[in-house]
Amino acid sequence: MSDTPIFDEMWGRDDTLRAPYQGFQTWFDGEEPRRLRAKQREAEELFRLTGITFNVYGRAEAEERLIPFDIIPRIISGREWQKLSKGIEQRVRAINAFLYDIYHGQEIIKAGRIPREMISKNEAFLPQMMGVEPPGGIYTHIVGIDLVRTGDDEFYVLEDNARTPSGVSYMLENRETMLQMFPELFSQNRVQPVQNYPVELLRSLAACAPAGTEGKPCVAVMTPGIFNSAYFEHSFLADQMGVELVEGHDLHVVDGRVQMRTTRGYKPIDVIYRRVDDDFLDPLNFNPESALGVPGIMDVYRAGRITIANAPGTGISDDKAVYSYMPEIVEFYTGERPLLENVPTWRCSDPESLAYVLDNLADLVVKEVHGSGGYGMLIGPTATKKDLSDFRKKLKARPANYIAQPTLSLSTVPIFTNKGLAPRHVDLRPFVLVSPDDIRIVPGGLTRVALKKGSLVVNSSQGGGTKDTWVLED
Amino acid sequence: MLGKTANGLYWMYRYLERAENTSRLVETGQRIALTRLGSTENEWRSVMESAAMLPGYEAANGEVTKDTAIDWMLRATDNPSSVMSSIASARHNARLVRTALTGEVWNAVNGAYMRARTLLARKVNERDLPGILGEIRQGTALVRGATHGTMLRNDIYDFARIGTFLERGDNTARILDVKYYVLLPSVRSVGSAVDNVQWETILRSVSARGGFRMEYGSTLDPRDIAQFLILDRRMPRSLAFCTRKLRDNLGYLDNDYGTRAESYLKADHIERSYLSHDIDAVFDFGLHQFIQKVVGLYAELGAQIERDYRFYE
Repeated sequence: MSDTPIFDEMWGRDDTLRAPYQGFQTWFDGEEPRRLRAKQREAEELFRLTGITFNVYGRAEAEERLIPFDIIPRIISGREWQKLSKGIEQRVRAINAFLYDIYHGQEIIKAGRIPREMISKNEAFLPQMMGVEPPGGIYTHIVGIDLVRTGDDEFYVLEDNARTPSGVSYMLENRETMLQMFPELFSQNRVQPVQNYPVELLRSLAACAPAGTEGKPCVAVMTPGIFNSAYFEHSFLADQMGVELVEGHDLHVVDGRVQMRTTRGYKPIDVIYRRVDDDFLDPLNFNPESALGVPGIMDVYRAGRITIANAPGTGISDDKAVYSYMPEIVEFYTGERPLLENVPTWRCSDPESLAYVLDNLADLVVKEVHGSGGYGMLIGPTATKKDLSDFRKKLKARPANYIAQPTLSLSTVPIFTNKGLAPRHVDLRPFVLVSPDDIRIVPGGLTRVALKKGSLVVNSSQGGGTKDTWVLED
Repeated sequence: MLGKTANGLYWMYRYLERAENTSRLVETGQRIALTRLGSTENEWRSVMESAAMLPGYEAANGEVTKDTAIDWMLRATDNPSSVMSSIASARHNARLVRTALTGEVWNAVNGAYMRARTLLARKVNERDLPGILGEIRQGTALVRGATHGTMLRNDIYDFARIGTFLERGDNTARILDVKYYVLLPSVRSVGSAVDNVQWETILRSVSARGGFRMEYGSTLDPRDIAQFLILDRRMPRSLAFCTRKLRDNLGYLDNDYGTRAESYLKADHIERSYLSHDIDAVFDFGLHQFIQKVVGLYAELGAQIERDYRFYE
């Protein structure tokens, strides 16, 4: 860890109010803390009544919990955003090209830019997808790029979520809540709207319909069911788009199409936005034990008669070992230098890196290559001796399963506490929609915030909260 | 609409209706208990029988006592039809079909659930019972109001109504089934104090006391009561009313879908064959046999609706 003070997005490094927060600060100074505390409680009530909850994995009882919401917005200037979105667009374009290549000619391997085993031996690689043409050539229809900030102009990509990025419903509901509670803030500040996301999502999905789709494409959202941790989001998105929310047992392959069982018989679907993992998609083609999937859906997919968003097999680009090659991947497919930086990453499969990681474990963050949700990771500086020695054993036993990164000094944004504003670490997940027509990024995203003082873990499953994210109109 | 969604809507509204009916039965039971001296366990037994909860109760608790009966009907989580379980099931189904509901309906059902969880968190004190029952019914009434005021009149609404009226008709029929003997002609002339209490109990169980008085004055007559609860089309919990609504809503579905479903024909048959006669014809048929017949036909109708609209497979 460095000795320079942590970058706060409101107060910078030296307690000087940064420009994007000026309007907000004026408002905040005129507010009574008591009123704000009441508003904070009101927000919680609102969330509970609307049922914006998530179910916690790994608990016997399927318990619904609220993700804590903090009323202080996280504010990004229009200029900062423009720069970020260029980098995101470039990266998403590259990821899509990479996926196409991996499941076709594998030129990047032939060119020696990434090792063959990293793909062929990767659990996230789906050999069943080799040579399959996804409609419109799109693999990643919806992407979430996790960014962290360390300074005025320093952003890093922490990870790519090309498989099933979640959290967009919180982005929308957070804004909705802020609009309801503090309308005056939005007349005083020029905040770019995010509410159009569901409309754009539907438009983008429809644009990816299989060739030969007649009339308006029939889109559906597929959920693993009501006990899934993100069920609220699945039903929210279906509702906002005005499409059906289906489960595996609502679907059948009839006459070579994927069809849903309606009160009036079977109706074909053209585009399925699935929030079910690859493994559970099709018991005939993948996990035979799966009760969630649709037998034969992959055969319909291969015949080009349904669009699956995101395409099966996209998880390979979320892999944290693949992540470490992302600068090469961006260059290889776009011919440009990457606009967004990667966090320096040690691949523990490499013996030299492994040795370095083992020697410096207490200063590093170690992650599983397929992990997500903040589970199964080690944060060196805050780990106990036992954690460190446990991880040392794990690293030696399965080095290829891990990568390591330096602990970045993540930026902070104030949250509202009983004692006033207090800085907490944040990250940012902007959401990207990809269709053959265009790539669109909603101005904003999901800001996750570690509510515990000093904590770097922002995941909701680990006690993190969320904030409304503003992108200002400059 | 997905078959699953139709199923979820149907059950959401059945459970809401059930929660209301059960709370009304608890209220009635409590009232009888208060206006009577001596043991009331037989009354609680018959109240639970009306709610089809007696076998479950006996298996779980054995002997019938007032406090345990009230708790079983209101709060027991191992009683799938208790007020709490019913509201939880209604909300579970609402979550399943959330995309088919307006925001106001969802907020109302979620609000009713949250309120019920708080009110029924622990055993209900006798003193608090009337207030709590009132508040719970207010919660479910709000769902009905939001449904009425904000939902499109399309197939979503039809399935909501079908669930409501099948549950309600079934409920009225079961109350009559348990108490039919006090309405038989043999007791008519007697009209003892005990009979009066029984008659009043029946009317209260279906929130019909006020309506009855408006129509027939304050003298209770079992024939009038039977007529009112079975055949009166103005009485919103009568068998004739519920069946007519079922038939109507199945008819709207048919018009919408351009089909003639078996379930419509079944509902139409119940109405024509059993609910279009004079009350004397019902007594001639045998009141008990008649009620049992209707309960059986409702069950068949429910199964037919599930098939016609592909609730499962």
